[in-house]
Amino acid sequence: MSGLIQAISALGHWVRDSISGIGGFTRFVSSLVARSGIALSRPRLVSQQVHFIGNYSLLIIVVSGLFVGFVLGLQGYYTLNRYGSEEALGLLVALSLVRELGPVVTALLFAGRAGTSLTAEIGLMKAGEQLAAMEVMAVDPMRRVLVPRLWGGIIAMPVLAAVFSMVGILGGWVVGVLLIGVDAGAFWSQMQNGVDVWNDVANGVLKSVVFGVTVTLVALYEGWFARATPEGVARATTRTVVVGSLAVLGLDFLLTALMFGN
Amino acid sequence: MPDHTPNSPHPALSLDTVALGYGEFTVLQDITMTVQPGQVVAIMGGSGSGKTTLLRAATGQLQPQRGQVHAFGTDLSQVDHAGLQALRKRMGVLFQQGALFTDLNVFENVAFPLREHTRLPEAEIVARVLDKLDAVGLRAAAHLRVAEISGGMSRRVALARAVVLEPELILYDEPFAGLDPISMGITARLIRDLSDRLHCASVLITHDVQESFAIADQVYLVGQGRLVCAGSPQSLTESQDPYVKQFLRGEPDGPVAFQYPDTPAFQAWLAKQAKASNAAAGSAVSRENAGKSDAARPPQGGQKS
Repeated sequence: MSGLIQAISALGHWVRDSISGIGGFTRFVSSLVARSGIALSRPRLVSQQVHFIGNYSLLIIVVSGLFVGFVLGLQGYYTLNRYGSEEALGLLVALSLVRELGPVVTALLFAGRAGTSLTAEIGLMKAGEQLAAMEVMAVDPMRRVLVPRLWGGIIAMPVLAAVFSMVGILGGWVVGVLLIGVDAGAFWSQMQNGVDVWNDVANGVLKSVVFGVTVTLVALYEGWFARATPEGVARATTRTVVVGSLAVLGLDFLLTALMFGN
Repeated sequence: MPDHTPNSPHPALSLDTVALGYGEFTVLQDITMTVQPGQVVAIMGGSGSGKTTLLRAATGQLQPQRGQVHAFGTDLSQVDHAGLQALRKRMGVLFQQGALFTDLNVFENVAFPLREHTRLPEAEIVARVLDKLDAVGLRAAAHLRVAEISGGMSRRVALARAVVLEPELILYDEPFAGLDPISMGITARLIRDLSDRLHCASVLITHDVQESFAIADQVYLVGQGRLVCAGSPQSLTESQDPYVKQFLRGEPDGPVAFQYPDTPAFQAWLAKQAKASNAAAGSAVSRENAGKSDAARPPQGGQKS
């Protein structure tokens, strides 16, 4: 009997914690949106974060994009070759990257590279009393520290996804055209005819913006509410990767169903 | 109506029968003190006596459980967020660990309050920041990153940052901790000079008797959850109060117990530990007995030889 009561109590605890967590996250997001004026009044703060978040993630994005492009070129050729349609390789590579792999893989790498860095930075600022110091200097740390990072992430993510897709397409071209010998004219012309600017490219960009907002918000939230101890910051950093990545994959399914369904 | 003009007739800071604590736990009670413009006041006490809690109350980070805290004549519990921010702009705070911004270099750390609260031209900001860094002996360290400077240097940079806006009330949390004797003497003189030159009120949270007595006008000694004694450094030196004597002379015996006080929470934890130890000992004994009975029994497989 006591086991049943404990189970009900644990369920109630979980439900209450979940609702309270959603409420807390919503309030956090509302507070950031309400303070977003600083992004316009002091754009330099945002551009510094775009540099920090974007530039430092560039290498991993370019290298990953190149290898994903190589693999897509190879796998695509093996499959299309069975049906004698290897000229469609350019289209396959471009659609795979622009619609799916570009935004999703970039977002996953973004969570691991920039997301963890943001969480650790905010958590350590909290542990080192830097946020408290700002508060007693009459400077709102949420406005001064978090808002520029949020907008920096939102701007950097679609650009990184575009770089990933571009490098990936070049990777597919290297493998398909230069190494295997697919006709270059067919490779590019099929891509040009088959990729729609609005249906494919714009939807891919929209996805990357949504993922950028999600991962950056998760990273900032985890850092802001991290316990101000080394263990607390470590846990928060791990949660950023886990929650951010799962949120990206879940949202990708939802967005794909909405965007590309009949 | 609170007065926000500089040189106001109100004390820079006053606490009236204040009780401070966290949750239901009260750290300090019945604290009454006043800090006038131009005064250097030292709040002293042993480690864990609640000195930093007092500082948090003075900046409005912590609401008192009872009593009132006034800054520049305004009750901090009655003021809204904008009002509190306006009051904080008139204060400077030196944090115990410095709390320098690790993503900025030394110069930008000191320039931070100027950039946030003023619209001064860049040349003026550079001049003011270098002037303040010069005062703490770190003008030539302006270009260094925070990670490249020592702990003592960090505290001096933090001091420059706390005074760069030339506030009317400066709160120093352990300004002498971690400083070498030369830096300590310079810092003490700097605090006194600033107070005299800017006519600002200075509150030192410290347990360094020698340096603070050399510059303070008034000393408040806190301990055992209350205000033990208040007066000029001279009067405290001559005091016959056993707590004051023990604190100032650093004597091991006296009213201040060395041991952390026993609490019901500790007793409950101790009982739990004892229970766990007994249970572990009990299971060890039963294992031992089981082992003995196993040894008494002949081996299951028998001997084939």
